[in-house]
Amino acid sequence: MFPILNILAETDPGEFLDGLSAIGAGIGYGAAAIGPGIGIGIVVGNAITAMARQPESAGMVRTTMFLGIAFTEALALIGFVVFILIKFA
Amino acid sequence: MILAVQAEGGGGGLHFPPIEEILEWPGILFKDTVFEVNKVVLLMWAAALIVFLLFWAAARAAKSGRLVPTGVKSVVEMGIDFVRNDIILQTMGPSGLPWTPFLVTIFFYVFFTNIFEVIPGIQFPVNARMALPAFLALLVWVIFNVVGIKSQGLGGYFKSMLFPPGVPKFLLPLVALIEFVSTIFVRPFSLAVRLFANMLAGHLLLITFAVLSAALWTASPLAIILPLPFLMLVLLTGFEILVAVLQAFIFTILAAVYIGGAMHPEH
Repeated sequence: MFPILNILAETDPGEFLDGLSAIGAGIGYGAAAIGPGIGIGIVVGNAITAMARQPESAGMVRTTMFLGIAFTEALALIGFVVFILIKFA
Repeated sequence: MILAVQAEGGGGGLHFPPIEEILEWPGILFKDTVFEVNKVVLLMWAAALIVFLLFWAAARAAKSGRLVPTGVKSVVEMGIDFVRNDIILQTMGPSGLPWTPFLVTIFFYVFFTNIFEVIPGIQFPVNARMALPAFLALLVWVIFNVVGIKSQGLGGYFKSMLFPPGVPKFLLPLVALIEFVSTIFVRPFSLAVRLFANMLAGHLLLITFAVLSAALWTASPLAIILPLPFLMLVLLTGFEILVAVLQAFIFTILAAVYIGGAMHPEH
């Protein structure tokens, strides 16, 4: 009735866990990238607005924008490290 | 993934190297001791040597007395100018100018250790191993704490770190806890992980497309779509050059912000 159950019954538990950890790693990294993606969009979008309004302050805005990107991006990168750890460690 | 399966069926075979093969290098000197020297350590020394020679040549050119900078000297002057005007003056103000030598060194060293990622024949960013980013982050951590304690005193430094002005009274304990954890633990950790993960991700991306291109090259019927992953490889190489510069910039600017913040508390 459920052929997948037969496959599960024949699968070695270790292999099964490997598969689960691969799925978890993929979903985990994908989820970790959502927030920083939106965040970097907001940071850069507002920086562009500011630069367009006041082109003379573009240098200062750009420096601050990179700072904001660096802070926002950290979460995605930690997610990537967790992905590597789950997948390979 | 379909491509990968087909390439395997086509007789070429797609062998994606396991992560140990990508990141772990056999020792060359002093094998099986703590001081084992492998490719990564050699690259680390090479970067230090390149930075040293660059500035030495520029200093020699400066001593020769010609006022118009040429060649190496103009590159070094541009780098110093960039760190001075775009990093220090923007984040620390004029009182941060004594830190120019340190930050210029950090910028050039991180840049050269990163740029090894795309240099043909080497193609390994030193910062894709945690050792160097962790050390640099620890160095910055020690420096900004020492600077803070020196310029504000032990009590004053922790007071300005834990109790930022303008926070309601009932939130103070929570804010103090968050500020303490974020300044003492999260700052060095995120500084190291940011550099490390960026370079590791770039290295893995380049490897993925290089392996795919190589597999398609050997799988003759599929060679017709070879240009696609190869084009991607070329584009990503350009992107990684940008990332190498950007990460050196971000590491330096964050070091500047941390040291500057420790020197002048927020009012």
